[in-house]
Amino acid sequence: MELILVNLIDGLVTGLLLFMLSAGLTLIFSMMGVLNFAHASFYMLGAYFAYQISIALGFWMGLLIAPLIVGIMGAGVERYGLRRVHQYGHVPELIFTFGLALLIEELVQFIWGKNQMPYSVPDVLNFTAFAIAGNSIPAYKIFMIFISIAIFIGLLYILTRTRVGMIIQAALSYPRTVEALGHNVPLIFMGVFGVGTALAGVAGVIAGPVLGTFPGMAFVLGSIVFVTIVIGGLGSLWGALVASLLIGWITTFAKSYNIAMSDILNGIGIPSPADLDTSAFRDLWTVTSPQIADILPYILMVMILIFRPQGLFGKRQS
Amino acid sequence: MKKIVKLGAVSALSLIVGAASAFAADIKIAFIDPLSGPFASTGTNGLHQFEFAADYMVNQQGGVLGGQTFEVVGFDNKISPKESLIQLQVAIDQGIRFITQGNSSGVANALTEAIDKHNRRNPDDRVLFLNYAAVDPALTNDKCNFWHFRFDANADIKMDAITDSIASNQEIERIYIIGQDYSFGKAVSAAANRFLSEKRPDIEVVGDELHPIGKVKDFTPYSRKIVASGADAVITGNWGADMLGLGKSIIENGFDGPIYTYYAAGSGITAAFGETGKGAIRLVSEGQINPPPTDEAAAYYQAFKAKYPDGNIDQSRISNTIGMLAQAIEAAGTADDVVKVAYELAGMEYESIWGGKVFMREEDHQAIQDIHIQEHTDEGITFTYDGSDYGVRSMKRIEMASMDSPTTCQMKRP
Repeated sequence: MELILVNLIDGLVTGLLLFMLSAGLTLIFSMMGVLNFAHASFYMLGAYFAYQISIALGFWMGLLIAPLIVGIMGAGVERYGLRRVHQYGHVPELIFTFGLALLIEELVQFIWGKNQMPYSVPDVLNFTAFAIAGNSIPAYKIFMIFISIAIFIGLLYILTRTRVGMIIQAALSYPRTVEALGHNVPLIFMGVFGVGTALAGVAGVIAGPVLGTFPGMAFVLGSIVFVTIVIGGLGSLWGALVASLLIGWITTFAKSYNIAMSDILNGIGIPSPADLDTSAFRDLWTVTSPQIADILPYILMVMILIFRPQGLFGKRQS
Repeated sequence: MKKIVKLGAVSALSLIVGAASAFAADIKIAFIDPLSGPFASTGTNGLHQFEFAADYMVNQQGGVLGGQTFEVVGFDNKISPKESLIQLQVAIDQGIRFITQGNSSGVANALTEAIDKHNRRNPDDRVLFLNYAAVDPALTNDKCNFWHFRFDANADIKMDAITDSIASNQEIERIYIIGQDYSFGKAVSAAANRFLSEKRPDIEVVGDELHPIGKVKDFTPYSRKIVASGADAVITGNWGADMLGLGKSIIENGFDGPIYTYYAAGSGITAAFGETGKGAIRLVSEGQINPPPTDEAAAYYQAFKAKYPDGNIDQSRISNTIGMLAQAIEAAGTADDVVKVAYELAGMEYESIWGGKVFMREEDHQAIQDIHIQEHTDEGITFTYDGSDYGVRSMKRIEMASMDSPTTCQMKRP
């Protein structure tokens, strides 16, 4: 019972982290209609910049400055890269972001090398916040939860309650009309791209110490971010949140409990084959939930695409 | 006219390139390991250690066979068996006769099979497989062949040492085994279960689990299970980012017992563990780094540091590999006839600079050497890792570990 609570907290941390990445990506997609393959690379840059800054100025300055740098870089990529490629259509844009992802990975390896960076949790947060039945919850996890929730609320407030948010939302659906009303739509696009990448940067800054800061970190997280926004519905902030939490909890629970496929199959009335070693379905019968935990989100995505192609909260039928 | 000039320039350029490669090092060793992707750091550090060993131990001493030098050529296999076979073919086509690989026994299994097949079909350009780190016991048992030599202790030998250490600690009553889901992870788990039931039948294995290799983002759910199981110690064969992720997560989530590992040092892992890993991380490995076993070892390490200030020697067996290969080539009097070299390697006794002897068993081509249980600490460390204050120090030494261990190898010799 206590373990369920612990897993709920762990899943929440994973989910919220995923949300910070997918929030930016989904905003960028709904705005420009292009999937940014380099999004996870900005997450990685966030972690590396923060590590470099934390050596000189400490963790907190890293948390403050690194996302800013990442955001400015993101805005620059939009202004001088994507905007120029945009006129040639979506495929060149996709290829551009794909190339950018490879470029950033190589660049990171060139500057920092291929080793793990000793980027660690600041001493102020390096203690056990509380323990549930012997399972300690590090204070840093609580900190991660608070940062992510604060960012979500802030984002929601800006998008729905402020004038800037209204213009952004209008520009998402009717860019020509907004332009005709005298707003600088390209500037809005640049701003949203910058904020989106800065969010990925924040995620990198706070995930770097716990998930490891190494050149493969973008690759490990890259595909799952796309799965998240497809499940949540492309362009929907709430969808991104719900899908992130769903994925966080599904994978955490699947890994924490050893549910064997044979138990499930027996449960629904299919008896185990007499001789498992020679059975054609041996692999299916011996599989356990921790083994398939990481592909469960992909199965969920396929299901969503079949039964609700616009995603959980998606409005667009494209 | 323009075309002819271009053609001439291209052919001249290719002639220069061709000539340059023909005049380069005489004996090439193909290093097939991951140089990109999640395990890039492990592979790249291995390559640096190989290049240094070849340079320091062979080339600077005047080479072998009266002046022939060693050159280590890196091939990126992206940790994929399929990619490795392509790279193997590329290496063979370049005329390379010595193949070395270590990261992932899955890759080693594919390579040893392919090399065996290649050597049977092409008696004129046979190659040797110098395995410096893939420790799946099957490679020197059921799947052994004449062309494969293992310079690292295999998973069984290392587990024998680990379980000795666990068996002597009466406080340990419950063990959790966790590893990566592939041949090596399974071999570690099988060996741990077998040795523990022989040495300390009272120890309960409270968890025995495999996780996907290189794909786990967050190890928290696994560490929760470990803590909840009430284990006193953890055994894992994890390496690379999987080792660091698992180790950090276990410690941060409230586990305070020892974690017995194979590969929890170097490649940034030692620095990243830092203070957290002190008193928790135990390693089993062949070479003793701290305190330095011999003056030659200290000099070797210092020279390495001078060349790679950020590098570590975390695989001392690499210098044994180069040293033994050089000695075998010297004794065989040729580097082209690999059959002769292989016969020299088999049964060789080699004085390692890391202290003790390395004996290449003739019946299965498994190197027998001293094995150490080491701890991750910042006390009494001469050579630290990763530019941090931490390193590994030998706690216990087992001389010529598992010298008489049985093998099921039935080798066919040419």
